Amino acid sequence: MAETITTRLLILGGGPGGYAAAIRAGQLGIDTVLVEADRLGGTCLIRGCIPSKALIHVASKFEGMVEAAQGAKDGISLSSPPVLDMARTVAWKESVVDKLNGGVVALLKRAKTRVVAGWGTFSDAKTCHVETDDGPVTIKAETVILAAGSVATALPHIPFGGDVISSTEALALEKAPRRLAVIGAGYIGLELGSAFRKFGCEVTVVEALDRILPQYDEALTKPVKAWLQKSGVGVHLSAKATAWTNGELSVDKNGERLGIPADKLLVTVGRRARIEGWGLENMGVEMAGAFVKVNGRMQTSMSGVYAIGDLAGEPMLEHKAIAQAHVAVEVIAGQNRTFDPAAIAAVCFTEPEIVSAGLSPDEAAAAGHDPLSAVFPLQANGRALSMGTGDGGGFARVVARKADHRVVGLQAVGAHVSELSGEFAMSIEMGARLEDLAGTIHVHPTLSEAVHEAALRALGHPVHI
Amino acid sequence: MGRFVFKLPDLGEGTAEAEIVAWHVKVGDVVAEDAPLVDMLTDKATVEMTSPVAGKLIELNGAPGDMAAVGGPIAVFEVEGAGNAAATDRSPPARPQAPQVDAEAPEAPQATQAPAVVAAAPSVAVQAPGRAIPTRAEGEKPLASPAVRRRAEDLGIKLTQVAGTGPAGRITHEDLDIFIAGAGSSAPPAPSTLAKRTGVDEVKVIGMRRAIARQMQESKRRIPHFAYVEEVDMTELEELRVHLNTTKRDDQPKLTVLPFIMRALVRVLPAYPQINARFDDEAGVVHRHAGVHIGIATQTSSGLVVPVVRHAEALDVWAAAVEVARAADIGRSGKGSKDDLSGSTITITSLGPLGGIATTPVINYPEVAIIGPNKIVERPVVRHGQITVRKMMNLSSSFDHRVVDGYDAAEFIQRVRAMLEHPATLFMD
Repeated sequence: MAETITTRLLILGGGPGGYAAAIRAGQLGIDTVLVEADRLGGTCLIRGCIPSKALIHVASKFEGMVEAAQGAKDGISLSSPPVLDMARTVAWKESVVDKLNGGVVALLKRAKTRVVAGWGTFSDAKTCHVETDDGPVTIKAETVILAAGSVATALPHIPFGGDVISSTEALALEKAPRRLAVIGAGYIGLELGSAFRKFGCEVTVVEALDRILPQYDEALTKPVKAWLQKSGVGVHLSAKATAWTNGELSVDKNGERLGIPADKLLVTVGRRARIEGWGLENMGVEMAGAFVKVNGRMQTSMSGVYAIGDLAGEPMLEHKAIAQAHVAVEVIAGQNRTFDPAAIAAVCFTEPEIVSAGLSPDEAAAAGHDPLSAVFPLQANGRALSMGTGDGGGFARVVARKADHRVVGLQAVGAHVSELSGEFAMSIEMGARLEDLAGTIHVHPTLSEAVHEAALRALGHPVHI
Repeated sequence: MGRFVFKLPDLGEGTAEAEIVAWHVKVGDVVAEDAPLVDMLTDKATVEMTSPVAGKLIELNGAPGDMAAVGGPIAVFEVEGAGNAAATDRSPPARPQAPQVDAEAPEAPQATQAPAVVAAAPSVAVQAPGRAIPTRAEGEKPLASPAVRRRAEDLGIKLTQVAGTGPAGRITHEDLDIFIAGAGSSAPPAPSTLAKRTGVDEVKVIGMRRAIARQMQESKRRIPHFAYVEEVDMTELEELRVHLNTTKRDDQPKLTVLPFIMRALVRVLPAYPQINARFDDEAGVVHRHAGVHIGIATQTSSGLVVPVVRHAEALDVWAAAVEVARAADIGRSGKGSKDDLSGSTITITSLGPLGGIATTPVINYPEVAIIGPNKIVERPVVRHGQITVRKMMNLSSSFDHRVVDGYDAAEFIQRVRAMLEHPATLFMD
């Protein structure tokens, strides 16, 4: 007999948005059921951020050893080149994923969330039918949080399948392909493309736009472009992939036809909200383009139905989803909450890394701020030099308003700069002025000194330049 | 020629500010006294303001859609005569502008000059407490830390309404404090003082409370109660009581009203045997008692108990007073035996000084009647066509309608009343 569960809160999706919502609901004493067909953790934990960072970590380590085998200048040498067992790399990566997945399972247990494993489909806004291994379960909920996430966008003329893979399959390859073609020079394509290059693959990237990483300005992407060039990654800009036949990618580059032979074709042309296959159309929920329409309280047009994370719009970032989860659950608990961040920092784990919060100088000017910006090169930063990463063209940059010195943007490019994201977001959220950054003593020797120096430079009195 | 500053008058209870809907005049116009000047929108209505003077308009503060503070200057006239303001008196507009802060910042990025900006702010807040004084350009998002934003949300405060005195116009916790404090005078009190109280204490109903609960539930579930209230003139009885208390021997107890009411009951009850009874409704038998055993409802720290004064018909008022005191002691000590606390045939429940006007007492099951004397108060009453002050007491009562008819109950209470009103009859055969 089909089981029926009645609950105060139903969460669809066990990704970061969904599980964070469940944990918060547990803390607020809200009786909660979470439906997830896959393992808990979502795209980020299972097939996105975490596994790709694990792979990138191994790739960088491997690259360092290859350099050592060639006689590296830091004194380490290897008598023979390193050998990569990709299957074991993937197994290790899986162990990291397992650990985090287990952590989420434990957290939800502690939050007393009832997890229903199976594919959920809504028949109306408050009723969800789940096919579980133990038979069908019907869940009737007072409130619903939709956290269905996103899926990789496919190219209609080059569908996924066979050697045409998405990031998910790329992270599970048991053997590194000899030649890898990548469509899309966004952050996913470049992160993975660069990692496979470090593994020794021949990598060619095809991008329809005239530049890589279009969400960042030219100055920030320049060191990445330089690394790709130095490392021998082929990059074709203003180039359209037209077909994939017999292991060759046909490309139309400004009218010129190119053929790129490859063993695997990685398609990373973006992600889109997962709006199909789970009965969204039965819920009477309004859409905003390809996303579910929500207000600042994460409420959809249907009363008692909330949407968060990738499903609710750009940027599709784990940390945004968690923040939205907290807003939604606290609103459900009767609190007055709005999702209204001053900045959502974003990080790109390319070689080197890019981190950005707030506005670039151009964006600040376009927003009418009359910006004042200053950069500090990592070449003059002791920590970067001591890690051997000072010569990659990296820098830290601060963007402030000339009128009142309020910091409206902070960016950096360089090895390990992703860890600066906390200071960046915090400065903007707290409404810091240049004087605040300049008046904060930053630890020596760390990369964060570059942020301090950029602020000092904007004020006209840097120390180390 | 003089200057006349027209300040926005009070537009009614609780209105601290109003929105400018439309100006009927423009700078340079010569307006007559009482000519339409501006339409102002409060949260209650649109009010047309007329010109208080005749003169030439030289300044209008605020555009349609702007909020203007009550008491703030909204228009300045050039008038014949002295006016009400010195020509140099450039009073700040009703809507203080941001540039005071913004204009200084560019030249003053150095921290040393910042205090000047900050110092100016409190006076801005003092000029119009509780009113929106944003130091921001139109439409610009207020600048505040996440903690300040969260606190504002919790309090239901829109930060667009709050002036920011921090660096770069940042709204600080102190700004929020000032806004909240100001709101108290004109707007609803700060929500924090009306915070919801949450949480439920679970109190197990055990021990004596459980016994009381069971007894009361039995009584109300089984007995169809009816209540009857009559007023009794206690003037003469009170005179007698005071006299007895002033002339009593030292070994005699002080008399309250209770022994007299007991006396009245025992005198009247023989004629109403169905009232001095215990009804075994399971067996369908009413036990009419010859003796009158009066339960005295007594409040104790752990709840209500009803110790019994046995054979009240055999007690004079002095003895009854002693027994009532003893019963009360037994009740309060919590050491009463089963005999002390059971077997009553009728109960008196008196709240003493809390007696109120009327009560609908719950019968002490399985008895069939309960008497609840209320407070004695001096009231004007009509006697022989004259209004006179008498000591009046209401006598509330409840009866078990299964075995006591309303007519009989009323007659019973009337006879009790007659006895109490003519206290000599309490002691005459």
